[in-house]
Amino acid sequence: MSRKGKLTLERKLSLTGWAFLLPATLLILIFSFYPMVQAILLSLKAGRGAQAHYALTNFTRLLQDQTFRQCLFNTIFYFIVQVPIMLILALVLAVLLNNPRLKGKAIFRTMIFLPCATSLVSYSMIFQSLFSTNGFINVLLTGLGLEPVRWLEQAWPARIVIVIALIWRWTGYNMVFYLAGLQNIESSVYEAATIDGASPVQQFFKITVPLLKPTILLTAIMSTAGTLQLFDESMNLTSGGPGKATMTIAHYIFETSFVMTPNFNYSAAMSVFILVSVAILSAIQMKIGDKRD
Amino acid sequence: MTRRARSMAPAYIILVIASFLSVFPLYYMAVGATNTSMDVTSGRLIPGTHLVENFKSLISNQNLGVAMWNSLRNSTVITLLTLLICSIAGYGFEIYHDRRKDKLMSILLLAMMIPFVALMVPLFRMFSGWNMINSWIALVLPAISTPFMIMLFRQSARSFPHDIIEAARLEGLSEIRIFFQMFIPVMKSTYGAAMTVTFMNAWNNYMWPRIVLQSNDSITMPMLVANLKSGYVVDYGMLMLGVLICTLPTAIIFLCLQKSFANGITGAVK
Repeated sequence: MSRKGKLTLERKLSLTGWAFLLPATLLILIFSFYPMVQAILLSLKAGRGAQAHYALTNFTRLLQDQTFRQCLFNTIFYFIVQVPIMLILALVLAVLLNNPRLKGKAIFRTMIFLPCATSLVSYSMIFQSLFSTNGFINVLLTGLGLEPVRWLEQAWPARIVIVIALIWRWTGYNMVFYLAGLQNIESSVYEAATIDGASPVQQFFKITVPLLKPTILLTAIMSTAGTLQLFDESMNLTSGGPGKATMTIAHYIFETSFVMTPNFNYSAAMSVFILVSVAILSAIQMKIGDKRD
Repeated sequence: MTRRARSMAPAYIILVIASFLSVFPLYYMAVGATNTSMDVTSGRLIPGTHLVENFKSLISNQNLGVAMWNSLRNSTVITLLTLLICSIAGYGFEIYHDRRKDKLMSILLLAMMIPFVALMVPLFRMFSGWNMINSWIALVLPAISTPFMIMLFRQSARSFPHDIIEAARLEGLSEIRIFFQMFIPVMKSTYGAAMTVTFMNAWNNYMWPRIVLQSNDSITMPMLVANLKSGYVVDYGMLMLGVLICTLPTAIIFLCLQKSFANGITGAVK
């Protein structure tokens, strides 16, 4: 009798748990997984109305679309150049800030994190103004006796402005994660290493980097997903220009879905491309991150 | 100079440069808000006297009051619902965990990998099918349950002492009241971190609001800032003021809650 009572109590508690997690679970199923399946189905459909059928035409069209290739190139460029620079910078700043002998820690941390409080649209506007042809950066360059650059009117300078802007916006954000991770490393580990005669650089590569691996992995995956979906900067800082020289894939998806004559099937194919890319890159990063030395 | 102090010098130099570069564009924005468009582009770095004029052209150009109210309402509703739904789910996943719940959690975590661009077209079709375009419900529903937040609260529930729960059960408190009366007050710093992140994201979001809110009455602050740039001549003084007003709420929240933000993230990374 008492045994049966215990079982029902356990069941009751388990059901309470299910009830607690049900709303969040349903919302994720309805607004993340279901639309993901829809996107895949949409991308596989060709033709309109009664002629609609399943085919791979949207994906073959992707391969031939010059604009898509340009956007893919731009997105890969931002990813390859910006993510490593930003993560290394964030890690170095976090290690410097973690030094127990450093004074004014809180002020430095606050200032370096502050860019994260600005919205993506806002900071795009600030950088657009800073780098405009008659803007502050060119005034500065002229003052230093250098040639002004038409930053936003040429393909490569415009791409570089986007990279600079991204590094400015996100370095402090990643630094906070590293700072948090560093707090879990006992300071006695470093003391022992110092006694053994390890230089600060050796300590960085032999202690800090290996112990921070899970955090580095987390930030690498977040930055990968973030860069592959870059939208606001392309839309507001450069408007994708000059021409389509700085446009990202997410910006192009937005254009094909909501600005030009809507072609949902084709834009769904592009979004499935991003979905698969993020999955593959995250899997690779996890594989590398998992390796034990 | 002692040897010790000298060895710290490079660290200070790097941190001062990094701090300067981080704050300078924000200083440039704040000063720009008080200058004429000409002065902003020519790189004037001292405060001017054009603030009132910039404000007047801003409110005659855009519906600042409506955008501010919409942004405040949307972000507050999203933040409150996210905290409630995700924290109770995280608590549920951890306190009542069994094999099936753990499995479900790892499936939900996969949703973190789904890029939002991949969802935006189907979501748009879904909400237009429900006649919810321009309604703030369409803005709120996809935003209020995120695997990251559930994970954050599940992680913090792990450090919540089981003795408290047992004692409360013996006193006859219902499970839901244990959550509201015991868990929430203890986990203040996690809620602070979650609130900062959620409010900032909700306030700063641009893509989804831009897609789903198409009438002028539902405009949000980032959309207002983006609108300031359209037109033949951009008034940079007015633009910088718009940017400043759009940035203030999130900056204030961050500065007030940064301590609990740092603590909350530390809990999540552990």
